Amino acid sequence: MKYKVNEKGYYGDFGGAYIPEMLYPNVEELRQNYLKIIDDADFQKEFHQLLKDYVGRPSPLYLAKRYSEKYGANIFLKREDLNHTGAHKINNTIGQILLAEKLGKKRIIAETGAGQHGVATATVCALRNLECVIYMGEVDIERQAPNVARMKMLGAKVVPASSGSKTLKDATNEAMRDWINNPVDTHYIIGSVVGPHPYPDMVAIFQSIISEETKKQLLEQTGSDQPDYVLACVGGGSNAMGMFYHFMDDENVKLIAVEAAGKGVSSGFSAATTYLGKEGVLHGSRSILMQTPDGQVVEPHSVSAGLDYPGIGPQHAHLFKTGRGQYVSITDEESLEAGLLCTQLEGIIPAIESAHALAYLEKMEFKAGENVVVCLSGRGDKDLDTYIKYFNL
Amino acid sequence: MNRIKQLFQEKKNILSIYYTAGYPNTGDTIKIAEALEKSGADMLEIGFPYSDPVADGPVIQASSKQSLDQGMTLKLLFEQLKDLRKTVTIPVLLMGYVNPVLQFGVEKFCEACAEVGVDGCIVPDLPMVEYEEFYKDCFEKHNLSNVFLITPQTAEERIHKIDGLTNGFIYLLSSSATTGKNLEVGNTTEAYFSRIKNLNLKNPTMIGFGISDKQTFDKACSYANGAIIGTAFVKAIADGNLEESVSTFMKKFKG
Repeated sequence: MKYKVNEKGYYGDFGGAYIPEMLYPNVEELRQNYLKIIDDADFQKEFHQLLKDYVGRPSPLYLAKRYSEKYGANIFLKREDLNHTGAHKINNTIGQILLAEKLGKKRIIAETGAGQHGVATATVCALRNLECVIYMGEVDIERQAPNVARMKMLGAKVVPASSGSKTLKDATNEAMRDWINNPVDTHYIIGSVVGPHPYPDMVAIFQSIISEETKKQLLEQTGSDQPDYVLACVGGGSNAMGMFYHFMDDENVKLIAVEAAGKGVSSGFSAATTYLGKEGVLHGSRSILMQTPDGQVVEPHSVSAGLDYPGIGPQHAHLFKTGRGQYVSITDEESLEAGLLCTQLEGIIPAIESAHALAYLEKMEFKAGENVVVCLSGRGDKDLDTYIKYFNL
Repeated sequence: MNRIKQLFQEKKNILSIYYTAGYPNTGDTIKIAEALEKSGADMLEIGFPYSDPVADGPVIQASSKQSLDQGMTLKLLFEQLKDLRKTVTIPVLLMGYVNPVLQFGVEKFCEACAEVGVDGCIVPDLPMVEYEEFYKDCFEKHNLSNVFLITPQTAEERIHKIDGLTNGFIYLLSSSATTGKNLEVGNTTEAYFSRIKNLNLKNPTMIGFGISDKQTFDKACSYANGAIIGTAFVKAIADGNLEESVSTFMKKFKG
């Protein structure tokens, strides 16, 4: 339990709830109730039933034969791309919508970058018949048009965030403002392991189904539930935290988190937070974030909207600082090439986010027989335009 | 004695004005303070801008962005405030978000405040528990008041805790809202203000968020020691002659 949250809401030096008083009652209500609600047997039953029948879990752990031949190790892909709505995000939104119902909330808000979390939120709101408002950066609305259409079709109101860089960070600001202005009936479904305590812990718990299943599947397929490596991409870090969760205390399992280097870590157009960032406070928690010496948040860049965020969740900052996790980065170009390679070797078009994790395989050296799990966090349908432009398809 | 405490001992119906440092122009910070004192403001809250001001509405966010784009930093602000006390005698607080303070260094920040003659701070996203554990000693050492916010949703037990930790005044938000929303004093707001008044807190209270004219100011004063105006003032000084804009704006309240 060394890497989990303590009773004060901290992971080592990181975490806490740095929120204005206007948000305190909402966050405190959550803090006092989230574990009680999640641990309740009826909640667990309903949550797992929906994950099975509605999301389609367990997602397969697929031994990718041609990848394995290429890299000389057993490469497993955890197929979160096969979930309903096409990414891992729905694991969290199912959990949070059930929790919001238990708290008696009538209105749901969320931020979204690539649109995957927005779609996953709009989906569960349709399913449970709750009002849904999604905040999305103007730039992201442009580059993720199909997801915007999906959200609208699902009955959500999509509100453009037009401040700052007009991406995920600004959408998060707008969602927080909405929550401040609607303090009683609204639940804010944060889509990543960021935000004030208890959000990072709550989202990690809902996403931990990824590693819970992986362990069982590995045991069946390899005879051991301990792989040599686990890889996942990190924006805020929710798929990575879900993928790492049940391996954190298995110190022999190496955890590799892949950040977006954008056009290169030193190019001025990057989202490689652990490389470029410093400790500070963003969106309600103390973590590592990209900032100026004056403490102003720096605008990030990544070809992948889901990784285009200037911070990482506090638990990731803790894994990074303690050395438990290895944090590396992959450029826009490397990720797009890896996306094409995955498509041609395995017949799977990955989301550009997930392609960052796959791209790092190229930089590793394996011993024969080593077991490597990569979280394929989402499918690439939403990124076709970007792939088409880059490869002149 | 701390200028804030003295003010509350001596005056009623206190008018406090918020403005963003370095807005509309980088060099305006001191000019605005002087003009406000001259036109009758009782207290000043100088905002040090932040890139992601989640508790603020569009007007203050835009002023913060403009100020930052023009080069404002906390370091520059303290340089600008070096001679503050040569011309400004009313209490001055700095208001802003916690991350710039962390990067500047908490100890260094408190020292700099004391050096230039700042009397207190309002840091909305600095939680009470963190303040108590890591900031309080430093603030008190430098004779700085730390002002907390309360909203209609703040529980009574917590209000008493805040009252115990504060040594300047308590910032009473008229509703749970980002800055710049209008004050609509309906029955529930009146009930909330009365409830707070009847708690007999040791600290004076100031009502903020949504005060924009004489009528809303007077209403606020009937429940608290005074009121804070931010968004309406920032809007009023956006363009035109600065001294004139300040004086015209203040005439609305000081008749």
